[in-house]
Amino acid sequence: MKSLLAVLSVIFAIVVLWYIACVPMNIKGVLTEAERAGAVVVPAEAKVRRDMSAFGLVMANQFVIPATWEQARPRLPAPHQVVTELWQTTVQKKITSKRSLVYHGWVTLSATLLGFAIGTGLGVLLAVGIVHSRVMDMSVMPWAIVSQTIPIIALAPMIIVVLYSIGVQGIIPKAVISAYLSFFPVVVGMVKGLRSPDAMQLDLLRTYNASQGQGFWKLRLPASAPYLFASLKIGIAASLIGAIVGELPTGAVAGLGARLLAGSYYGQTVQIWSALFAAAILAATLVGLLGLIERAVLARMGIAR
Amino acid sequence: MILVVFALILWAAGWWFNVRLANGPAAGSRAVQLAVPLIFGLTILAGWELLVRGLEVPLVILPAPSLIAARFADSLPILWADFVQTFVKGALSGYVMGCGAAFVMAIAVDRSDFLRRGLLPVGNFLAALPIVGTAPILVMWFGFDWESKAAVVVVMVFFPMLVNTVAGLNETTQMQRDLMQTYAASYWQGLFKLRLPAAMPFIFNGLKISTTLALVGAIVAEFFGSPTLGMGFRISTSVGQLALDMVWAEIVVAALAGTVFYGSVALIERVVTFWHPSQRG
Repeated sequence: MKSLLAVLSVIFAIVVLWYIACVPMNIKGVLTEAERAGAVVVPAEAKVRRDMSAFGLVMANQFVIPATWEQARPRLPAPHQVVTELWQTTVQKKITSKRSLVYHGWVTLSATLLGFAIGTGLGVLLAVGIVHSRVMDMSVMPWAIVSQTIPIIALAPMIIVVLYSIGVQGIIPKAVISAYLSFFPVVVGMVKGLRSPDAMQLDLLRTYNASQGQGFWKLRLPASAPYLFASLKIGIAASLIGAIVGELPTGAVAGLGARLLAGSYYGQTVQIWSALFAAAILAATLVGLLGLIERAVLARMGIAR
Repeated sequence: MILVVFALILWAAGWWFNVRLANGPAAGSRAVQLAVPLIFGLTILAGWELLVRGLEVPLVILPAPSLIAARFADSLPILWADFVQTFVKGALSGYVMGCGAAFVMAIAVDRSDFLRRGLLPVGNFLAALPIVGTAPILVMWFGFDWESKAAVVVVMVFFPMLVNTVAGLNETTQMQRDLMQTYAASYWQGLFKLRLPAAMPFIFNGLKISTTLALVGAIVAEFFGSPTLGMGFRISTSVGQLALDMVWAEIVVAALAGTVFYGSVALIERVVTFWHPSQRG
């Protein structure tokens, strides 16, 4: 409860600073629009205004300050503009409309979830292989760690275009990128988790004459649950970013990344901001859901967190 | 067809060799630990080359490593110019600014409990923002050149660095802080002599995570607009021209840059945090 007041005051401070920042950011565009509408602007020449500082212009033309929060294509949209756009494109549009953020969000989400499932499944399988086979451990693990320093996202345009040229389009290429991005965090996390039981516990199972398989199902897999959930949370955020980036290269028409792209091509700043916030809300919801599932599963398993 | 068979034989031979090495008597030695992944990597490269030639995979789908190497050697000036634009001017400057700002903010958050309880949950939400989505906005504000790429990198590395530094500053035990108090140490003396050195493992963890994020941010930001220079620009235009060997050559440059960047930070970490258990062996 103490934190609630602190969080609310920080959010309030951010919103106030945001409104204040809108004024100098949008002033030049607003002054040009006001001049075209016939108002008296100081100084009157657009060329002179371009070289002046924003603060000087604000001081000289204080009457346009309310207009900086209502511009149609602002450099920095005001918070209420973003919220209004979010409201209009989610609640007030039919889900089947091509302008509904819910529709676009679903397109991105479906690619994310498919890629996440594939990446996690393959990652867990590879981790099991690495833990149980010395050869795989020594040959594959160094490459798994090195690959985390390589910007995998740079491969995204190439993967999309290559798959497109062999006729695979739609959800599969984006799912491939999402799978790739979530694969390595899951491998590294699961390997750590499957190796987390200490020597005493492993010895105990040996005294019970447990086989490798029994040891895996009864000790290693349950012990890896906390590590698995930690990497799942990283993996799903990475999958969402992968799906969004996957929509950029071929100029997709559906999905949150496509909305971002369309907004930036046509100068619809408010559209970019609302798509961005929708993506953030989606990511926070997915990670939050995983957190809830994690708490429920770990509580049932008796692992206090 | 012969080449495909060759590739499979090579793969089997490499695997058998690795099995012999990994399960042999010298398995713990440094030489074997370096050799096994190296042999694995070389086998994959050789297998790639033979499969692409044997199955006659078109150039626009997957070029052979030999072609990529040839393109790499031919385009060194272009690759170097791209590297300087993206990595040195974009990623590195953003990395320094972002990590510096996060460090200062962490000290401020450390001094004020109210700020910490308010800022970290909000920061969690901001960290969930797909930062790649902020790239078009930042390009609109800062222009096409390296400044917008540095801005994207700052936004990307700020929160992981902040979280790690705050966690590190909390790493001291009560006994250690009490000892400082018995020496009548002020807040700043305690900070510089006890808490910052104790926080170094966490700070370097944040720095290492940020190296990858910095490079990713700089490259992806270039997909949204850049001068006719830069790794992201080269990748997206080469993809458009279906010059996939150039794309792979740029990916090799990006991989080398990322690995060297990460490795240098890890090397500095080894020197600064020599006392930490993770640096043993």
